[in-house]
Amino acid sequence: MQWEVVIGLEVHVQLATASKIFSGAATTFGAAPNTQACAVDLAMPGMLPVFNEEALRMAVRFGCAIDARINHESVFDRKNYFYPDLPKGYQISQLDHPTVAEGHLDIDLEDGTRKRIGITRAHLEEDAGKSLHEDFHGQSGIDLNRAGTPLLEIVSEPELRSAREAVSYLRKLHSIVTYLGISDGDMSQGSMRCDCNVSLRPLGQEEFGTRTEIKNVNSFRFVEKAIESEIERQMDILEDGGSITQETRLYDPDKDETRSMRSKEQANDYRYFPDPDLLPVHIDDAYIEDIRSQLPELPDAKKIRFAQEYGLSDYDAGVLAASREQADYFETVCETSKDPKLSANWVMGELAKWLNQGDLDISACPLPAEQLGKLILRIKDNTLSSKMAKQVFELLWQDGGDVDDIIEAKGLKQVTDSSAIEAIIDEVLANNASQVEQYRAADDAKRGKMIGFFVGQTMKASKGSANPQQVNAVLRKKLEG
Amino acid sequence: MFPDTVKAILEGLNKGDFSSEEITTELLARANRHQPDFNAFITLDEEGALAAARQADEARRSGQAGQLLGLPFAHKDLFCTQGLRTTCASRMLESFVPPYESTVAARFRQAGAVCIGKTNMDEFAMGSSNENSHFGAVRNPWNTEYVPGGSSGGSAAAVAGGLVPAATGSDTGGSIRQPAAFCGISGLKPTYGRVSRLGMIAYASSLDQGGPMAHTVEDLAILLGVMAGLDEADSTSAEEAVPDYSAALEQPVKGMKIGLPREIFEAGKVGQTEPAIQAAIESLKSLGAEFVDISLPHIDLSVPAYYVIAPAECSTNLSRFDGVRYGHRCDNPKDLEDLYARSRAEGFGEEVKRRILVGTYALSAGYYDAYYRKAQQIRRLIKQDFAGAFQAVDAILSPVTPGSAFRIGEKTADPVQMYLEDIYTVPVSLAGLPSLAIPAGLLNGLPVGLQLTANYFRESTLMQLGHQFQLHTNWHQQRPSTSGRPD
Amino acid sequence: MPLKPEDLATVATLAKLDIPANQTERLRQDIEQILTFVEQMNAQDTADIKPLGSPLERPQRLRADQVTETDQREALQSVTRHTEQGLYLVPKVIE
Repeated sequence: MQWEVVIGLEVHVQLATASKIFSGAATTFGAAPNTQACAVDLAMPGMLPVFNEEALRMAVRFGCAIDARINHESVFDRKNYFYPDLPKGYQISQLDHPTVAEGHLDIDLEDGTRKRIGITRAHLEEDAGKSLHEDFHGQSGIDLNRAGTPLLEIVSEPELRSAREAVSYLRKLHSIVTYLGISDGDMSQGSMRCDCNVSLRPLGQEEFGTRTEIKNVNSFRFVEKAIESEIERQMDILEDGGSITQETRLYDPDKDETRSMRSKEQANDYRYFPDPDLLPVHIDDAYIEDIRSQLPELPDAKKIRFAQEYGLSDYDAGVLAASREQADYFETVCETSKDPKLSANWVMGELAKWLNQGDLDISACPLPAEQLGKLILRIKDNTLSSKMAKQVFELLWQDGGDVDDIIEAKGLKQVTDSSAIEAIIDEVLANNASQVEQYRAADDAKRGKMIGFFVGQTMKASKGSANPQQVNAVLRKKLEG
Repeated sequence: MFPDTVKAILEGLNKGDFSSEEITTELLARANRHQPDFNAFITLDEEGALAAARQADEARRSGQAGQLLGLPFAHKDLFCTQGLRTTCASRMLESFVPPYESTVAARFRQAGAVCIGKTNMDEFAMGSSNENSHFGAVRNPWNTEYVPGGSSGGSAAAVAGGLVPAATGSDTGGSIRQPAAFCGISGLKPTYGRVSRLGMIAYASSLDQGGPMAHTVEDLAILLGVMAGLDEADSTSAEEAVPDYSAALEQPVKGMKIGLPREIFEAGKVGQTEPAIQAAIESLKSLGAEFVDISLPHIDLSVPAYYVIAPAECSTNLSRFDGVRYGHRCDNPKDLEDLYARSRAEGFGEEVKRRILVGTYALSAGYYDAYYRKAQQIRRLIKQDFAGAFQAVDAILSPVTPGSAFRIGEKTADPVQMYLEDIYTVPVSLAGLPSLAIPAGLLNGLPVGLQLTANYFRESTLMQLGHQFQLHTNWHQQRPSTSGRPD
Repeated sequence: MPLKPEDLATVATLAKLDIPANQTERLRQDIEQILTFVEQMNAQDTADIKPLGSPLERPQRLRADQVTETDQREALQSVTRHTEQGLYLVPKVIE
């Protein structure tokens, strides 16, 4: 049977506020256990929540960015369940009146088309602490530093049809939240975590199949692999005439498979109700419009502008606009070099290669964008050949410094003095008299191929410092003249 | 000897008639002496109180002021006091010493008041008789075979018994007003949001409100001035200016309109308190108040709605008591589930468990609409009833309770009978209005109270009425014969 | 409404309250009585009435995004014996 895959994602994004959503404790990652858990975060008796205005602003900023309906009244609810990482015995969340209602974003498919994915809602809630399972005399240790960190839970419509689409959606979401500056988006530190709802249905059937939820997947690659392995598992069961159990599953990257999390499944009845410690939050149109007017240029708009303003291909524009840091870097390079295409090639080529090798994000790039721009300028004014430029790039990457100083210090200047080039060529021609004879005897078609030999010899004799275009021109003149 | 009202004690301290250390020493001795009779305290802080008293005397000598400088008083044991055990009368918090201070406690401290201890109460403020305490029932100083009312029964008994001139209380469905009435003292439940709830251990968040308890309305005005005001750390604390409550007391009553709800007065529900209430109405009439018939059509539904809303909120407010970070923890839990279920079962008393279970049920899937949502809808109807009434009147008068105090043990077998004690107090709580209970008579030798309710943030109106009433009556000056006055 | 013993068991599980077998029936009766009592509410038609959660219905005050808390771990953990290396200890959590 032909199966259609149905995927919806619930993405938890930690908001980059300085303090927690309902307390004045810091949100910094990696502090010693429980040193950033204040009396409110620990749910000490009598403690009360007070809502952080920046978390609200960030949620609204996200809502504006995905063209969503922003609710003028949002209500915090208590989601009740007991767990050691949840000190109050309930999580403060938003059920019926989330801050952000229906919106959408567009993803680019492999065939070059775009697909619009609906976003059902994005609601504010508090993060839980962490259970550490190292053995403390047979017990678990609880660190509540993370408890109360603001989260925006972004829920997509079940409109994704493959693991690839799911990853594109997630990347797009990542790019939007980092563009907006509302999250660092660092998946390795849990700043962005993804729950994947996966089901299959016979192609053409309208009704959804039974879904499973894969909890807490923490990298783009794992999202793709987890969904793929879950699709495979479900397909095997369905093909054998079996049925899918609705359940929560966990992805094990080592085994590349999902497994059931039975322990969390027992009779959940969250008894949501409006939190009486918090009043409904009211925002007006002026508040929303003020935030909307201050939105930065977002990835889609930037991509279009890059293509139009810099004459880049859609693909290049898309790659460069994918992250705000990379786009900003590219634009700084461009500003100095005045050559968008060469700048794009260097950012996506050499720079990307080195970043990749160093496992570095562009925000941690040791090479300032101005220097890369200057390097490109030196290629354009023929000071450097592209081969020499790569050498300078390596030195800049490793030791820092200024492009011109390096060129000067290492004597890497390209020889463009025509008398110097002529002298080298004269020597090359003198040493290869028989080849010169053959060249002169040959017709135009053959000459075209034979000239490469003389260029190569000349470049070798100049130790690579001669300007190749110049060498070519002088050679032709001397051989034919 | 020492006077027993806040106003007179502050005057005595100012005039140098006695020092804070002297009166504090005397009150601590009385509290100790009467602990077996009334069981009004859970914790007495002799050392801390005497140190604070000496400090207050020192401050007074050096010319420093403080609204309550040197005044001994007591806190209901649900206000967290830094470094002083705070139990909520529960085994769950039997040895809990908060490393932080409630806003109310901090304000009393800043005003220079001397806290001599923490008063007994119904566990987690759940009860109308003060029989639900892990530390034993509180007894009514007027007759120790009777309950003092609840849940602020320890505070009421301590004031009535002459152990302190004033105490803090908290009122969720009548927990200040009903014990004040049963013990013959004055008590004020302020408007919801008037007094900070930070550090006041929650029972039902949308109803809980701290307030003062003392002999006279004059004293309540002084105390509320210290307690009231915006607290940025409580999201439900109101941004509303705090007037000079004492200054408002002297305004005449003449021309004020007071409503008598026909659902109480025409339906013959005033009950045994009728003679006292009628006499009070006559007194107020003689002062020039005008009485008007009003209607509060939905108040009969208040008690049912209250006993859904309060348990629902409490069922989740008390989830934090899980044996993990503080509070009672069972021995040798075999797993996480066992840690939770056994710590909570051992830590909470019967009434608390009943309310947690009722509240959990009312919020659970399939029952939410029929119970919780329904109760919240009725709550709006009740709020609207009052809003309508206050278009025509300045205050509403009613009994505080159907009768005077009942015998210890008399109503423990039937929770619903006990809940009906709250019939006059919970409508006001659901609406979040300010409400005053003052002594208005005696019934079989036990005090009977009068309840006055005003519109939001009109505490001044209530205290003006109450004070003028007390200027012309002497019920507030009656003291139980068994009280802790020195012989 | 009658409350079945299994309903009480479900609610007790949700509320994490261990109920000894000899108390179950008494508790079931009490709660059934309370539920029956509160069902008086059903006599009132409340269609189209907006539920009232908090009496004042004022807009929510928000706080500025500022770190105002310092590390108070020692004081906050002084109220329990069940900590080690700054962590709260609980029976093994199984995922």
